[in-house]
Amino acid sequence: MTAPAELDLPDLDDAIDEDRPWVAIVWNDPVNLMSYVTHVLMELFGYPRSHAEKLMLDVHHKGRAAVSSGTREQMEHDVARLHAKGLWATLQQD
Amino acid sequence: MRFKKARGGAVRADLEAVEADVLATLASDLLELLGSQEETDADPLAALVGLTDGPVAPPDDPALARLLPDAYGDDPAAATEFRRYTEGDLRAGKRADAGAVLSSLAPLVGQGGRLVLDRETADAWLGCLNDLRLVLGTRLEVTEETDLHVGDDDPRAHALQVYGWLGWLQESLLSCLDPLGPR
Repeated sequence: MTAPAELDLPDLDDAIDEDRPWVAIVWNDPVNLMSYVTHVLMELFGYPRSHAEKLMLDVHHKGRAAVSSGTREQMEHDVARLHAKGLWATLQQD
Repeated sequence: MRFKKARGGAVRADLEAVEADVLATLASDLLELLGSQEETDADPLAALVGLTDGPVAPPDDPALARLLPDAYGDDPAAATEFRRYTEGDLRAGKRADAGAVLSSLAPLVGQGGRLVLDRETADAWLGCLNDLRLVLGTRLEVTEETDLHVGDDDPRAHALQVYGWLGWLQESLLSCLDPLGPR
């Protein structure tokens, strides 16, 4: 006799969790120039100046801004590129 | 010295001897801070197949930690894993920028003169000036309220002056460069 095997059903919460996009976040820091942050966001993501400036001002006034979103792998790539430019960036699930 | 646009997307600047010397010293200190290629890439073949253990903890030195930050703010295990696979490349890129700055300054050290940078080298300068400001700014613990113009009796006076000058230089370089867009 053996106990019925417990079915390893996927947890519904986990399934939903995995669908949530990841975001790359840039944090405010006292050193980086506002003009430089705008320049980097335009170069890395191809944003028009107006959008890059809006994100930069969000970083400046709110302390942080999500600058891109996608899969975890894509956001790891974006964060690595932001670090290469000296921006303080992290990724997390939205 | 200030950067100006030159022909063909290049930029130029005229440097005094002391300006070339200060920049070369700072770039060479930055290279030392970042460590040698051998230190971070001891066995390229093992690294290629993922056998080596890359760095796992953030650097102890706050200035170096600011150059090589954690990628996950609230997940130390993921931050460690990310660092293990990416920190070597991040260091190498910053070393390459500082090396390009040093090479372009070499003919000007001790005498000053005209610097002409093609677009690629100008980008390396932009990144290196930013890294230098991050290191100096972290060491000086600058905040957005820090007054860069302190009295000469303040022990930070000289470093704050250099920090302010680097920011001014970076602004001047930025004003000559139109963003290229994703590559």
